Amino acid sequence: MIIAVASGKGGTGKTLMATSLALSLKEKARVQLLDCDVEEPNAHLLLNPAISGREPVCMPVPQIEKGKCNYCGKCAQVCAYHAIAVVPGYVLTFPELCHGCGACSYLCPEGAISEVGREVGVVEWGNSDGVEFVHGRLNVGEPLALPVIRKVKQFANRDGVVIVDVSPGTSCPVVEAVKGSDFCLLVTEPTLFGLNDLVLAVSMVREFDVPCGVVINRAGMKDGLVRDYCEKEGIPILLTIPLDMEIARLYSRGIPLVVGLPEWRRHFIELFDKIGDMVHEGTGRIKR
Amino acid sequence: MKELVVLSGKGGTGKTSLVASFAALASSEVLCDCDVDAADLHLVLQPTRRESHEFWTGQIAIIEGDKCTQCGLCQQLCRFQAIRDFRVDAKSCEGCGFCFHVCPVGAITMQDKLSGHWFVSDTRYGPLVHARLGIAQQNSGKLVALIRQQAKQIAQKDRFDLIISDGPPGIGCPVISSLSGANLALVVTEPTLSGIHDLERVLGVCRHFGVSPLVCINKYDVNEENSRKIEEYCYSQKLTIAGKIPFDDAFTESIARGIPLVENCSNGTVRQIESLWQRIFESLDRYQGGLKHADLRL
Repeated sequence: MIIAVASGKGGTGKTLMATSLALSLKEKARVQLLDCDVEEPNAHLLLNPAISGREPVCMPVPQIEKGKCNYCGKCAQVCAYHAIAVVPGYVLTFPELCHGCGACSYLCPEGAISEVGREVGVVEWGNSDGVEFVHGRLNVGEPLALPVIRKVKQFANRDGVVIVDVSPGTSCPVVEAVKGSDFCLLVTEPTLFGLNDLVLAVSMVREFDVPCGVVINRAGMKDGLVRDYCEKEGIPILLTIPLDMEIARLYSRGIPLVVGLPEWRRHFIELFDKIGDMVHEGTGRIKR
Repeated sequence: MKELVVLSGKGGTGKTSLVASFAALASSEVLCDCDVDAADLHLVLQPTRRESHEFWTGQIAIIEGDKCTQCGLCQQLCRFQAIRDFRVDAKSCEGCGFCFHVCPVGAITMQDKLSGHWFVSDTRYGPLVHARLGIAQQNSGKLVALIRQQAKQIAQKDRFDLIISDGPPGIGCPVISSLSGANLALVVTEPTLSGIHDLERVLGVCRHFGVSPLVCINKYDVNEENSRKIEEYCYSQKLTIAGKIPFDDAFTESIARGIPLVENCSNGTVRQIESLWQRIFESLDRYQGGLKHADLRL
């Protein structure tokens, strides 16, 4: 079963949720944590995994063989990303604009284009106290996160429990990370920003046919807005974590909640059981 | 005209709350919300919308069922696994058009995509250019570039000296698009291990694109030891800490009331934000900034 942990708004506690959920379940099942927030991966800071392997993530970009090219301009014409420009006697490529679709090399009438890998990031894997760990890291200065996210997700093993830590937002990196999940857990906070971005995150989940549930983090006196919204939309609130300086301080020191306050483990196991029931009964899907 | 962009790497460090206060403290400015996939600045600034525009960019492949012979070539060649059972999955299609070019019977067309909307609004502090990227859309970087361009045009036309941009979290495409060519970046961090890790990465992006950064530690009292580590790190990198703001519930209250904190109350936090703004303002004056500062690249 694959559980994506997403949020819309950043800093609501996705990584706190993902790591504590993984650590709480490791005695019950084979657990993998895939950190798909490849722009700013943070789960390793809480899990301290022993890294056992790493592999660069390469994007296939065109390489022009000068002797074969006759400057017909076909490649520039088919490239949707303006990553190739052809002027008489010269072909310019802009590898940072290339999406690696492969159209130019396939369609070149002279067979003058081959593809070479351009490193855009790295994937690392290892183990943290019984939790299988994988994360991706986009190289600084690179714009496109999707190839790195795809590579991390290739490690998902559906036989166990897979927890996917997603980046904030609602655009393509989030969609790529959530794609293929069996459940989407949305973490929010009871602020105006939290609610606004939860509504956006719910419309993102609506694009998929997966059930979802909400976790309210830093809960306190003002949860009413979020609770009313969830009730109206028929989205269950599966866990509430209070606004508590001790919890904030544990996170700041890189200590997972269920390690610092082991009594929370029970709540995370209950959360997982609720998610399991929803997935098996097919409830919790939001209306399109 | 100067452009300040506020970034953080990690989400939720307080970018938007601070930008709302800067909006109130700066005397004359254009505001730009570059967090196009989860924009929040409008919630505090309560703007009146003046213009609304569609944002069309990129394409999506459409397979015409009656023409398709189900030869399978498109499915086999698509690198994004966007075609399954001779249908295009809109969430996976990157609009490259490879399938369109190779289909032997011309059964595939490329359709332009409405990827979002952008707006020009009036706030009590100045014009706000903001946007809403469609759910699950690509091209956030292009939309950010477009609204920054619009903000610049408004600033030129109506003679504003300053643009304040609220940036997105992360270090990818929309962040690069928010940052490149700006005069100064303010990086807002928090004293958590995640905050420190993400700060270092976003500072790397600033270096890569030659934009000088200032650093602000928000919620510094949540972990003062980590705050000291951030200060030591910045000192070693010759970076200026422009301000340290305490954890304060008043932020949440002021957002709920739709008023920037500096206008909602007067306490120690407000004085810290005022002195932070003063430092930023002085730095903006000093830095000619942007790509001219290529010597800052490491």
